[in-house]
Amino acid sequence: MTAPAPALVDVAGLVKHFPADRGFFGLGRARAAVRAVDGVSFAIAAGRTLGLVGESGCGKSTVGRTMLRLIEPDAGRITIDGRDVLALGTRELRALRRRMQIVFQDPYGSLNPRMTVRQTLAEPLAIHRLASAADAERRIVALLEEVGLDPTYAQSYPHELSGGQRQRVGIARALSVEPQFLVLDEPVSALDVSVQAQVLNLLADLQQRRHLTFLFIAHDLAVVKHVADNVAVMYLGKIVERAPAPALYAAPRHPYTAALLSAVPVPDPKAQRDRIVLTGEVPSPAAPPPGCPFHPRCPHPKKNERCRTEPPPLREVAPEQLAACHFAEEPL
Amino acid sequence: MTEPLLRVRDLKTYFVTEHGSGTARAVDGVSFEVYPGETLGLVGESGCGKTVTSLSILRLIPEPPGHIRPGSFIEFEGRNLLTLAPRELRAIRGNRIAMIFQEPMTSLNPVFTVGDQIAEAAVVHQRLSRRAARARAIEMLKLVGIPDPDDRVDHYPHQMSGGMRQRVMIAMALVCHPKLLIADEPTTALDVTIQAQILELLDRLQRDLGMAVMLITHDLGVVAGTADRVVVMYAGEVVEQAATAELFARPLHPYTEGLLASVPRIDTRVSQVRGRLHSIPGQVPAATAWPAGCRFHPRCPYAWDRCRQEAPPPLDAGAGEPGAHTVRCWLLTEPQRRSARA
Repeated sequence: MTAPAPALVDVAGLVKHFPADRGFFGLGRARAAVRAVDGVSFAIAAGRTLGLVGESGCGKSTVGRTMLRLIEPDAGRITIDGRDVLALGTRELRALRRRMQIVFQDPYGSLNPRMTVRQTLAEPLAIHRLASAADAERRIVALLEEVGLDPTYAQSYPHELSGGQRQRVGIARALSVEPQFLVLDEPVSALDVSVQAQVLNLLADLQQRRHLTFLFIAHDLAVVKHVADNVAVMYLGKIVERAPAPALYAAPRHPYTAALLSAVPVPDPKAQRDRIVLTGEVPSPAAPPPGCPFHPRCPHPKKNERCRTEPPPLREVAPEQLAACHFAEEPL
Repeated sequence: MTEPLLRVRDLKTYFVTEHGSGTARAVDGVSFEVYPGETLGLVGESGCGKTVTSLSILRLIPEPPGHIRPGSFIEFEGRNLLTLAPRELRAIRGNRIAMIFQEPMTSLNPVFTVGDQIAEAAVVHQRLSRRAARARAIEMLKLVGIPDPDDRVDHYPHQMSGGMRQRVMIAMALVCHPKLLIADEPTTALDVTIQAQILELLDRLQRDLGMAVMLITHDLGVVAGTADRVVVMYAGEVVEQAATAELFARPLHPYTEGLLASVPRIDTRVSQVRGRLHSIPGQVPAATAWPAGCRFHPRCPYAWDRCRQEAPPPLDAGAGEPGAHTVRCWLLTEPQRRSARA
């Protein structure tokens, strides 16, 4: 480990509740709001990657979107390179968006089907007035080469490209404004294994070359293990464990992390593993259980009344390792 | 060895492309067997032909644009499914052979209760009365581990979660106690903790009901944990097939080898995994224009002249009985080329 670099991204107490749908014409009964993000805090050092993992509906994508204010949070503080993102006006926000970009999961849905690759890449340059027309062409060629695409693809439309090529265009578009910070929201989960490896290698190269900081959002813990310096695990809108990747994978302290890790299929038929199969399903984020939100599914032998009533705080249970479990020190 | 339950020989399923400009040879000469009671994993990436293979077995290929070429042969319990009359075929589908799909929401009918849908096959094939059908549906819901089955039987699909819907799909498929279950990416749309539940359920049901399962997946981890034998497909062909332990210990086709090496692993130390993943260069070719010679040669690190000109047949890897491990690769005739690269 090198000396801790100053955090480029700092998030504290982030909250986003979505009001429940009241049915047709708002005439339905008022229902509880969905607590998508419920007090999330983390920091990412410059040039490093934080992996944000969890299952569908845990709030990980909402966190990613609030970082760029594509969704406005209800409470909390987001600082990027010392600037308070939530205090910015429209114009300042646009300026800051040059410094941070997002790459989405679905390269089919996030590229305009009527725009060629050249038009897609030229647009951010024009919006941010980063290049003259002649200069833009040169930069587009350089960007395509940087993401491993032949410059002749500039004429292509998204439907003429494969999934991996589209995701490379999505990455090139994000890089075109020369950001410092990228939110990668499931960037490889729609791709085949062999192509996924190509894109992960590309991201690693780009991070090193451009000293980029990544928030890498994914449900695949094996992928995150390959890319993240630190990992945060979310469950029902809260971070339940946060630690440097080696510690989290070697010795998870939250029973949910342990169960998630044990459920990942291993491509080795000889692997003898103690699989923790959780019973039941994730409760609705509109009605999270009282106490520890994980207690109804928790396999911990020490689970008791306290878990049902008292929400466990996220606390340091080992050096740099935080877990929100009353019994994080006890063996599972 | 026992007689296979299903024998697929030289299956060719082609599609006329949208503009009529060409023929997509989606499945192009596929052969394999499924034995009673075993789990066969059919593995490959998008576009390799694994789903078209499974749809061809049940003759669910829309014609046109698709057609199964003359000379193809699919034998199930001693009968060629490709020459059966529609009526005879219906007696097998959903009864002797059942299928579950990746996306349970689109395969369930939103306007019928799950009970009605589970019992439908039993009503059709076994002529159950309304009351008996309802009792059977409740019994099936219990079997697949859905809590409060007496209550859930009257629910509609939208009232259930993804994992519950997949359990309903499984209940529907198993209601007539099929001899063969074709499961096409049954856990791909599910979260990892729910995937673990469904895989465990399928494993228990298979043992209890003594059926064979053909598991179609892109996930080598899922295959390693569940399949007895594995068939690897690439570009419309079977490139390698072997017993699961043998395939993972000794992958011989360069595609299998590359695929296994590109999977991010959770079972290795972090210090060993950071850094570059192995990746297979290039991308899967289009089904309208498979490369000449070996279809993998443009992406293969070992390819030489012969690979570019001559398509290799399935060659025996000489492990166990003849045909136990076959590989469609010329390296088997010149193994020194592999060691020269390594």
